[in-house]
Amino acid sequence: MDALGPQSVPRLPRGVRLSHDQARDRWLLLAPERIFEPNEVALAVLRLVDGERSLQAICEELGRSYNADPALIMTDVVELLGGLVQKRLIET
Amino acid sequence: MNQILRPIGLLAELTHRCPLQCPYCSNPVELDRKSGELDTATWKRVFGEAAELGVLQLHLSGGEPTARSDLAELVVHCRAVNLYTNLITSGVLLDQPSLERLYDAGLDHIQLSIQDIDEANADRIGGYRGGHAKKLDLARRVVALGLPLTVNWVVHRQNIHNLGRMIDLAVEMGAKRVEIAHTQYYGWAFKNRRALMPTYRQTLDAIALVEEARKRLEGVIVIDSVVPDYYARFPKACVGGWGRRAINITPQGRVLPCHAAETIPGLVFDNVRDKPLSEIWLNSQAFNAFRGTDWMPDLCRNCDRREVDWGGCRCQAMAIAGSASATDPACSLSPFNATLRAMAEEDSAAEPDQFRYRRFGG
Repeated sequence: MDALGPQSVPRLPRGVRLSHDQARDRWLLLAPERIFEPNEVALAVLRLVDGERSLQAICEELGRSYNADPALIMTDVVELLGGLVQKRLIET
Repeated sequence: MNQILRPIGLLAELTHRCPLQCPYCSNPVELDRKSGELDTATWKRVFGEAAELGVLQLHLSGGEPTARSDLAELVVHCRAVNLYTNLITSGVLLDQPSLERLYDAGLDHIQLSIQDIDEANADRIGGYRGGHAKKLDLARRVVALGLPLTVNWVVHRQNIHNLGRMIDLAVEMGAKRVEIAHTQYYGWAFKNRRALMPTYRQTLDAIALVEEARKRLEGVIVIDSVVPDYYARFPKACVGGWGRRAINITPQGRVLPCHAAETIPGLVFDNVRDKPLSEIWLNSQAFNAFRGTDWMPDLCRNCDRREVDWGGCRCQAMAIAGSASATDPACSLSPFNATLRAMAEEDSAAEPDQFRYRRFGG
């Protein structure tokens, strides 16, 4: 598995869905026999994971939304998505 | 809802019909007949009610759920009401057009059970000649189609020697997840425990092997293991606690807190034909019988683990201690723990019985 870099294009594989839990009003990542509740930051990242945007593009967009330096954001995003790759919740 | 949580998972036993006859089947010994099965419209209504109630993941199970000709239609409906759909299958009935229909319907995940890595032994355990080859073929087709695959291995004395190779085969197949499910001894498995119960030594070795594989295969495959509670120190939180997270619905529509709950005398099970699911979840006598901690014997109620394992398994307490409101005998603090251990040791040392295969009419 290649390490994540700025040009990687992450996507949610089939069987992993970011889903709004209507009954409890929260966002969840649903996966085989697993349910994860992303925190606010993770949710902001996951909403931009669409199989088209690169990590670079995701960080630039987050930088605009949160008025922050994309280079600093990149470190956090790589760590977050890298953890999800290990759990097989994200593919590139 | 204050004290009563919303359920997370629903296990829908769409039918008890199945071409396999596994001697550890989780279905009750008294199987529901086809003539009494819920129809398509009723299942759809129930799935809609489940989603509104808060259910997130729907497990389409059986028997063999692909024996239902309306399966793809049900999956389409589940996606429409935003349920995550998991198909739990033996795999022997799924030809390519049926598989593609399920894919197009939006199925999220397939869990395929395989009986052993050794073909002859696998077919013998499942009681279905040629089944193993069909399962391997289906696994290839599922992965090729891009559906996530979990391989489920039910482990017992007659295949536990192959455990390491079971995990290796799941990796080779391209499964993303593998389940090592030590047999749970209720219903059919309870009848067959002299043929199935592994020894204490085998159980310890199996646990160590899984731990090693989990470290070695991190990022390659997710390994989940259901620990054999006969040899454990503390019981498992059965179904995540009675009436807390899970709902089970039988082919005829009876709503159960766990799949084996009908082995407990005195419980009254409501039917989805008569009442909405939310009303059953909140008010049914069966769901409230062992909810929370009030029902517990002092041993459990005064224990720090009361909200960790929720007193363990009610059906096991019924089967071994003779009372569904006793502490689970799998708990080392239970007065019946020595009885349970002695049973396990005796069963595991016995000459393996002939299987009593799972069949209609027991």
